[in-house]
Amino acid sequence: MQPLIARKDRTATRRDPAPSRWGYRYQRMMLTPVFRFWIRFGVPVLLIAIIAGVWSSHEANRKWLSESYAAIVHSVQNRPEFMVAAMGIEGADPDLSDQIRAVLPVNFPISSFDLDLDAMRQTVEAVSAVERAVLRVKPGGILEVAVTPRTPVAIWRSDDGLKLIDVNGAFVGPLETRAARLDLPLIAGDGAKENIAEALALYAVAGPIASRVRGVVRMGERRWDVVLDRDQRILLPEEGAVQAFQRVIVMAQSQGLLERDVAAVDVRNEARATVRLNENAVETMRQINASIAGTGK
Amino acid sequence: MRQLYETQRAMRNMRKAAMQRGVVAILDVGTSKIACLVLRFDGPERLRDSDGIGSLAGQSQFRVIGAATTRSRGVRFGEVDAMPETERAIRTAVHAAQKMANVKVDHVIACLSGARPRSYGLNGEIDVQGAVVTDGDIGRVLAACDVPDFGAGREVLHAQPVNFALDNRSGMADPRGQIGHNLATDMHLLTVDAAAIENLLYCIKRCDLELAGLASSAYVSGISSLVEDEQELGAACIDMGGGTTGLSVFMKKHMIYADTVRLGGDNVTNDISMGLQVPAATAERIKTFYGGVVATGMDDREMIETGGDTGDWERDRRTVSRAELIGIMRPRVEEILEEVRARLDAAGFEHLPSQQIVLTGGASQIPGLDGLASRILGHQVRLGRPLRVQGLPQAATGAAFSAAVGLTLFAAHPQDEWWDFEIPAEKYPARSFKRAVRWFKDNW
Repeated sequence: MQPLIARKDRTATRRDPAPSRWGYRYQRMMLTPVFRFWIRFGVPVLLIAIIAGVWSSHEANRKWLSESYAAIVHSVQNRPEFMVAAMGIEGADPDLSDQIRAVLPVNFPISSFDLDLDAMRQTVEAVSAVERAVLRVKPGGILEVAVTPRTPVAIWRSDDGLKLIDVNGAFVGPLETRAARLDLPLIAGDGAKENIAEALALYAVAGPIASRVRGVVRMGERRWDVVLDRDQRILLPEEGAVQAFQRVIVMAQSQGLLERDVAAVDVRNEARATVRLNENAVETMRQINASIAGTGK
Repeated sequence: MRQLYETQRAMRNMRKAAMQRGVVAILDVGTSKIACLVLRFDGPERLRDSDGIGSLAGQSQFRVIGAATTRSRGVRFGEVDAMPETERAIRTAVHAAQKMANVKVDHVIACLSGARPRSYGLNGEIDVQGAVVTDGDIGRVLAACDVPDFGAGREVLHAQPVNFALDNRSGMADPRGQIGHNLATDMHLLTVDAAAIENLLYCIKRCDLELAGLASSAYVSGISSLVEDEQELGAACIDMGGGTTGLSVFMKKHMIYADTVRLGGDNVTNDISMGLQVPAATAERIKTFYGGVVATGMDDREMIETGGDTGDWERDRRTVSRAELIGIMRPRVEEILEEVRARLDAAGFEHLPSQQIVLTGGASQIPGLDGLASRILGHQVRLGRPLRVQGLPQAATGAAFSAAVGLTLFAAHPQDEWWDFEIPAEKYPARSFKRAVRWFKDNW
């Protein structure tokens, strides 16, 4: 019977498996490393660059892009999570707090992206009473300003009044009267601020005559004078001032040197301490010498 | 001769370029199949260099990274018959091998099995110019060989110096640096039909490939399937292909004779097809599944369905006994072997010290062939399979691939041929600039 359905011819040779000439060339081209790199990397990059270039060549597109970018940035930055509502100042007394608030004019609430903490820190540290400041935005939207205030260690008398200074000689604040801070030592003279440590050391060793010390004066920006009450002065050398001062104190204690009518004790020359007497004392001294001389005759 | 010299030198340079690129393709253009292997060369061996022969017979420096075969179309008797068909077949094989290797191949080393090869023994003799034999002397002695008139339309495929004799010492492999006066050489020259080569070259060129070498498939299958002792002591390799049966005789590791018989496995298939009245594809299938050359009583009872495929499936259920099949195959195989025998006799094979015969090629896989061959060719017959090379797929390790594998060895270590030595200066045309350069080189 004639088959009605065409039977598959089993012996028929398979379709020619040979690649076409162009197919063969295409494969060889695709196996060339440079070409493959170009197809996989160069062409997409070039295509994207061309599309981006053509699109951005229109002014409207560029404007739209920058505006929408700015809008997105704004909307993200102004999310409540990033908003700062208040400022908390730590480690400062109320006066200093007010001072800091005055120099940091921030309109709360503000996004934390708009806060330039570094610049603000520099502003806060520019306040003279502040030694160091640490600014950070705490969770909960609070700008924390941790302040290390300067501690005054001495009073510096200058031409325009009394000033509190810290251990580095930095200005802390003005002082109305000496009596307001009797606990702090008084220093004066040009170059005194730069050598506060030595001045403080002098005060520290003053011990028995501490109640008589009025202050220390930097002379000629190189050495110290200790000024006592009754206008007495102790002239100290440039080097070893503290030791010299201690020697004077010992002398004062053992011989009552400073109770006498002495104007100045000069220990600048280590080998020979010199004492300057007051006028009356000089008179008295002359008379005593004269009388001794007279009796001697 | 000059033109041949130039083209062969150009091919050697191409091979060098391919080595530098590290990738070269092997193309075995046979009558029944075209095989393409892609080799990757990793440079010389790193662990041990030049200490005799390297590991894996010095072939560990390359690796087969792509292999493909395709049914050959348009090739008859190992020669290009239909050019476009052959070109397409080559393209198919190269395409698939490239795909497997995932690398583009530019250089190809090809072999061809047909083209009526003819062997000539040449000898030349010169007086050595200096005290010792130099490269130039070897070039001169090779040039001094008197080339026979092999006729128009023939091309030299191989010209290998087989033996050197210095004064009264003969059998030297390399006389360079030795002291002597009279240098003589024996050279083996293999010529083939120029038209066949040109057709093959054209096909390869059409595939955008550069030819980096050309070899006779009888020679390369001898390289791959003869072991070293056989090559040294004397042996013949019989490569039974589809359309041709190539034979090459080796002695002292040199090929001294090569020839082809224009009969092969396809003739056996044709006989079966005609004898059993079945299509060629069915005949091929029957041959490979049930074929043999020695019938036993059992074979009378083993019935093979031929599947006539006349369209009348209900009634056309012919069967044939295996004994009948063997009865068809055996005379043809005997004919092939007898033809081979005649060629070997003509070459004087019986004078060799050892007369080992190695059967290889696709048609050598017929069961019982070695028994039949030993009755016709002599007692020392064995079936040979090609050497193992690195990375060769299991499917390509059979006897049918001995030419392809031999070609990989040929690509890795080509033997020195005539054109690897410098032409002596006096052979250059007078007034040539090269001649002047050579004169300077030789005298300073």
